[in-house]
Amino acid sequence: MAAAIFVILDAVDVAFTEAAVGAGISTVLGLGTIALTTSEEKKPTRLKLFPLLVVFITGGVLIYGTLDLAKYGDPNAPAHKHVAPTYLKEAPEKTGIPNVVTSVLASYRGYDTLGEVTVIFTAGVGVILLLGNWRFIGRRREDKDA
Amino acid sequence: MHSYLVLRVVAKLLMPFILLFALYVQFHGDFGPGGGFQAGVIFAAGFILYALIFGLQKAGRVLPRGILRFGIALGVLIFAGVGVYNLLIGGKYLDYSVMAQNPVHGQHLGILLVELGVGVTVASVMIMVFFTFARHRDTKGSD
Repeated sequence: MAAAIFVILDAVDVAFTEAAVGAGISTVLGLGTIALTTSEEKKPTRLKLFPLLVVFITGGVLIYGTLDLAKYGDPNAPAHKHVAPTYLKEAPEKTGIPNVVTSVLASYRGYDTLGEVTVIFTAGVGVILLLGNWRFIGRRREDKDA
Repeated sequence: MHSYLVLRVVAKLLMPFILLFALYVQFHGDFGPGGGFQAGVIFAAGFILYALIFGLQKAGRVLPRGILRFGIALGVLIFAGVGVYNLLIGGKYLDYSVMAQNPVHGQHLGILLVELGVGVTVASVMIMVFFTFARHRDTKGSD
C-alpha cells in the first residue's frame, strides 16, 4: 500500500525500499518480536514522572523546531528555489549517473548516507549486544580454560 | 518443517533469482531505481526466506555469524575507507572526483563503492537481526 503511494508520488526508489522493508522484513521481525514477548504487559511498580517530563519537553522542542520549516509543498521554499534545480541540472553532468536519486544520495549527500549506514551499524551492534547469546560465548571460554 | 514440499521447492527455485535481483539492484542503482539500501534488504529477504523454510541451522551454515559480524563492520569500513582514500590522494573527504582520471569516472567509481558498502552493511545487519531474534527464541524455549 505505502509502496503504491510512493510510486504515485514519483519516488520509485523509496517505493522500492518500502516494498522490500515494509512488506517483507518488518513483518517477519514484527512476528519475531511478538514471539519473543509475552502477551501481557508488566504492571508498573509506580508512576514515573521524570521520564514523562523528558518526553514532553523533547516533543515540545521538536514541535517548536518545525515552526521554522517551510510550509509543506510550498513552491517558494528555499529547497525548491536553489538546491533542487541545481541538483537536477548538474547531477547528470557532474556524476555521469542518470539516476539523480543515487547521485544525490551517494555523492552530494555522502555524509548523510555515511551517517545512515552508521546508524544501521549501531542498530545491528545494539541487537547483538542485547539479544546475542553471550552465555554461549562464556561457556565456550570456560571450556577452553578447563 | 519436513512436510511443506511445495514451499521448499518454490523457495529453492526462487532463491537464485532473489539474490540475482538483489545484485542487479545493487549495481544498476546508477541507471534505474535502486541502490545499496534496497539491494541489501532484498538480499537479506532472500536469506530470511531460506531460514524460515529450511530452518535456522541450515541458514546458519550458509552464512555463519562470524561472516555476518564481519560484514556489518566491513560495509561501514568500505564507505568510510573510500572517504579516507580520497583524502589521501589529495581530495576532500567523500569527494570522489579525484579517484579517476576525469571527475565523472571518479564519481561513478566512488558511488559504486559506497553503494556496495551500504549494501553489505544493510544485508548483514538485517540477516543478523533476524537470526538473533529467532535464535533468542529458540534458546529461551529450550530452557
